[in-house]
Amino acid sequence: MTWPGELVSGDRVAGSLYTDPAIFAGELTRIFERTWVWVAHESELPGPGTFRSTHVGTQPVIVTRDRAGDLHTLVNRCRHRGASLCERQNGRANGFTCPYHAWSYGLDGTLRGVPYPTGYEGVLEKADLPLVTLRTESHGGMIFATFDPGAVPLREFLGDAAGWIDRFMLQGGGFPIKVLGRHRFTYRGNWKIQLENTTDGYHFPIVHRSWMASVDAETANMMSFMTDQDAVTHDLGNGHSVMRMVPDRSDLAVDDGTEPLPARFAPLVEDLSRTFPDDEVRRLVRSVHGTGFNLNLFPNVAMSGSFFRVLRPVAVDETVVEHIAIGPDGPPELDALNRERLRIHEHFQGPFGFGTPDDAEGWDRVQRGAQAVPDLPIMVNRGLSRESRDGEGWPTSHVTDETGMRASYRMWKQLMSDE
Amino acid sequence: MSEDPRVSRAIALTWREAELLDRREYESWNALYTEEALYVIPIDPDTTDHANTLNMVYDDARMRRLRVSRLTEGYAIAAVDAARTVRTVSRFVPESVSDTGVVLRSAQILVAYKRSRHDLWAADVTHHIRLSPEGPDADRITRKVIQLINSDAPVPAAGFLL
Repeated sequence: MTWPGELVSGDRVAGSLYTDPAIFAGELTRIFERTWVWVAHESELPGPGTFRSTHVGTQPVIVTRDRAGDLHTLVNRCRHRGASLCERQNGRANGFTCPYHAWSYGLDGTLRGVPYPTGYEGVLEKADLPLVTLRTESHGGMIFATFDPGAVPLREFLGDAAGWIDRFMLQGGGFPIKVLGRHRFTYRGNWKIQLENTTDGYHFPIVHRSWMASVDAETANMMSFMTDQDAVTHDLGNGHSVMRMVPDRSDLAVDDGTEPLPARFAPLVEDLSRTFPDDEVRRLVRSVHGTGFNLNLFPNVAMSGSFFRVLRPVAVDETVVEHIAIGPDGPPELDALNRERLRIHEHFQGPFGFGTPDDAEGWDRVQRGAQAVPDLPIMVNRGLSRESRDGEGWPTSHVTDETGMRASYRMWKQLMSDE
Repeated sequence: MSEDPRVSRAIALTWREAELLDRREYESWNALYTEEALYVIPIDPDTTDHANTLNMVYDDARMRRLRVSRLTEGYAIAAVDAARTVRTVSRFVPESVSDTGVVLRSAQILVAYKRSRHDLWAADVTHHIRLSPEGPDADRITRKVIQLINSDAPVPAAGFLL
């Protein structure tokens, strides 16, 4: 096998990156079981004893909040004979008891009880057999876990992306962000095709022509960034990038008051005005469409305009994606606003949205096509000649360029090549 | 079929709808719905408050019209290359029956075929059907909820309708 590092150069990657099962196996251990992987948003663990089950790479884990409020990520596998401990997607629990022989574990993974213990006299010390636990850290409500006890702190891994996480969360309009629901769908393609897509401005008016034709003129105009020279993508380092489709909506805290609120939100404005002061209503309604950027965090989560997009590798040619709807977490008078956010989310996202199925068709087609002439490279060279460092020192190019993909593949190469 | 002609009319309408969907005759399909009707594919099987919950589809008349355009106008690559579908609707249970309307529960088994793969879509369906005094041809759907048995798990992205 060619050493993985040689499969990636600055402007192209080998087609086998999508199709070779050996490369996929290497990615699981060298990337997903090593770097920081997004596992949950804090609003999904709202109090002591709450949990959410998910995956890190292909490994099933449970994210918990213990009695003291601390977060843990536990491998969902009994230390006795390997049974999964929890098959619920989320809920509340005092701990987890294996259904097979009733070994029981605390929310922090400690082994608390073993039935009929006399058979284990002299052979088992409970302290030796906690659940396998991942390091768990969060920033701005985004919870990440890593299998690598020696990984750099999350904040260091996020680097310049951390400030963009903070900016993304401003769409709460002064309230914290909470998860409202999630779409889940599969596509028959490699996970990196999705990783690329969230930083692919180039495909938008082509693949999403059907969605563009279905939305109001204001929304369509907002997403008309193909020839807007101020719309750029920054390489933020460590594989992260931010694609700024609507640059004047990068920081929702900046509002000179001149941008009119879309006319179709007039009933919503009227509804909210019964409870909230005018400036708060404006902040909330201006945020309904989210931010004007997609923040792509290597390797598995994007904060995409107004929602989270999470990928999970299943096999070399199969990936599960979640589109997680979010909204401000506050009094019930915000329900009208969150209903609006849900409808906007449903319009584009999910297995029956006006956008997602067309994306998924494109990704399936990449996987099918990439089987042919495996030696031919996948090109990620768009915009190379117009890429330069901006004032922050970030490699930057037009929003339709492939700067973000090059950023991800550089990180991929680093992780796949390190000893 | 039911011995109650009102239930038989409701069943006949769901079968007419099923065939129109399999034949991708979306304009004719949409004409079976009233202007106030909702077409819903929920995610959360435990809620009836679909308005305040994220769904796969929550279509009023406006969204249905846009969806029919999307599925027929030729811009949407998922719709242009949509899976072919065959569905059966059966195991009918009339939940309520009057001279003006029937609420009908059913099971729908749909097989979607695309590029050498058969995907299975199983759902509990509830139709709210308005019976017309003008006869069966004027009967209309006022609400349809398709509760997939795997609605809270990943499903393939679809270029067709349930």
